[in-house]
Amino acid sequence: MLPLCAALLVLAAWSLTVGAYPVTLEQALAALRERLTGSPGAGTIDTVLFGIRLPRMAAAITVGGCLAAAGACYQAIFRNPLVSPDILGVSAGAGMGAVLGIFLSLPAGGIQLLAFVGGMATVGLVVGIAASMRERESVLTLILAGVVIGALAGACTSLLKMIADPYDQLPAITFWLLGSLSAVNAGDILSILPFALLGLAPLIALRWRIGVLSLDDDEAQALGVPVRRTRLLVIGCATLVTSSVVAIAGVIGWVGLVIPHIARMMVGPSFARLLPASAILGAAYLLLVDTAARSISGSEIPLGLLTAVVGAPFFLWLLARGRRAWA
Amino acid sequence: MHLSASDLSVGYGRRQVAAGISLSMATGEVFCLLGPNGCGKTTLFRTLLGLVPPLAGSVRLDDDRLDRLSRREIARRIAYVPQSHTPAFAYSVEEVVLMGRTAHLGIFSRPGRADRRHALSALEQLDIGHLAATDYSLLSGGQRQLVLIARALAGEAAFVIMDEPTAGLDYGNQSLVLDRIRALAAAGVGVVLSSHDPDHVLAVGDRVALMRDGAILRQGSVDEAMDAGSLGAVYGMAVDVIVLPDGRKVCLPAAAGGRLRDGGNRLAEGWREAGGSKEGFKGRVY
Repeated sequence: MLPLCAALLVLAAWSLTVGAYPVTLEQALAALRERLTGSPGAGTIDTVLFGIRLPRMAAAITVGGCLAAAGACYQAIFRNPLVSPDILGVSAGAGMGAVLGIFLSLPAGGIQLLAFVGGMATVGLVVGIAASMRERESVLTLILAGVVIGALAGACTSLLKMIADPYDQLPAITFWLLGSLSAVNAGDILSILPFALLGLAPLIALRWRIGVLSLDDDEAQALGVPVRRTRLLVIGCATLVTSSVVAIAGVIGWVGLVIPHIARMMVGPSFARLLPASAILGAAYLLLVDTAARSISGSEIPLGLLTAVVGAPFFLWLLARGRRAWA
Repeated sequence: MHLSASDLSVGYGRRQVAAGISLSMATGEVFCLLGPNGCGKTTLFRTLLGLVPPLAGSVRLDDDRLDRLSRREIARRIAYVPQSHTPAFAYSVEEVVLMGRTAHLGIFSRPGRADRRHALSALEQLDIGHLAATDYSLLSGGQRQLVLIARALAGEAAFVIMDEPTAGLDYGNQSLVLDRIRALAAAGVGVVLSSHDPDHVLAVGDRVALMRDGAILRQGSVDEAMDAGSLGAVYGMAVDVIVLPDGRKVCLPAAAGGRLRDGGNRLAEGWREAGGSKEGFKGRVY
């Protein structure tokens, strides 16, 4: 775990110096010292670092860490390494909420709120449907309900895109659905951070039991874990975490799916270690990708595009390595 | 300690699978549940584990009603050994066994050094300590079954309920697992197992309940209850129970054409007279 944290720190220091306005590490440290010693820094370097880069890096770390942690939890409780945090429709629901917000020309905060509510409500609906089935909340009914409701939300999103203003709203919708951190400011992060932490804390505290849940229902129950209650709690917390970050960053795929795999290769499948490792690795990964997104070309590249471009070949490589690599 | 069921009906919702079941199992003995597929063994087991509520009647651990105990309290006293399977993730053997300590941990805690010691000593007890670091999913079926038994031991439960522990194992592994089960009972654990192979029950059982179509046909000590008549009734076919020269018994489908009216005793006697050798057996006509 320590090497992972160290890698994240090094990456953060590097990311601080990369961008349209060149800043050396010494300049960055000097600006940081000025801030810490109380003299409120002035000048371009201070603005670039504290006004633009640091908030954006904080967003990348938060979003990446949260998505990867939620992905690891979902993979454990659904006993499937191919599951991503979207499996129960959280992204589809959040996407629908945000698109509705853009369609109604709401301010940024309103769009974020609708995205957050859309994600939570969709998963709530999925769990509700699964609970009313005969096979109460079995893994299969949950996933099937998630696929169905997710598709429905996707259809609503498409409808909104069709009737949205093609010059003004449609580009904003497309950009949001591809995910980006370019518009995120410090206030956005602070507004979602409490929710993200509220969701993460129980997941971290319960991580041993979540690992036991990755066994069969009967087994986990016989080992002393109240399966239904724990699974619902994990779904609730992971959804809270995902909805929070999706609300400010848009739909960013692949992180929650691929990062837990890499973490598993590094620290093994034991969930008590896997969860923190996934979170740190996800934070580092998204920081790296976002740094690339803002510095590769003159114009901003959507994050979701980059994570897919990196994630898809990596996944194929995993596939080629055979079954052992999955688990 | 006793695990007992009185006038138990088991099933799911409105569908009753078995009824009128009264059993009592004690620590230190191997209690077998024998019956054909679909006779209700698995549902009965799930009820004994508290995984499904009984439709009627009750399950008790000594004087405590099972449905009044928390999940954790049950797990500390009754362990479950499922049929060996492959989990979705490549856990090491030690990690699998450590999960058996869950009921002894606080809700928010993780296993510590003492728990690890329990896990390793459980593995040692089954002579598979050398597998601790191995990837569980790469083991053979027999080794996996032993690891799951070790997980039950690591939880220090008084009773271990095993769902067909020999199913899907090759011949050598079947007898290895049966040997270990015998050793567990000798160490004071109450083993409750289901099987559809009468020979396995004859090999390890102390007491047996014969089940068919959701009811218990007969129960008692393995010596008494496992006669050809009862077994024949359970499986709906004629069987012979043959006593080997060293006193062990085996069960076979009755020889075609010549059903033995006395349940194979004459055959066995004759065989014993002949010293139990194959030649002697062939040389006699019954």
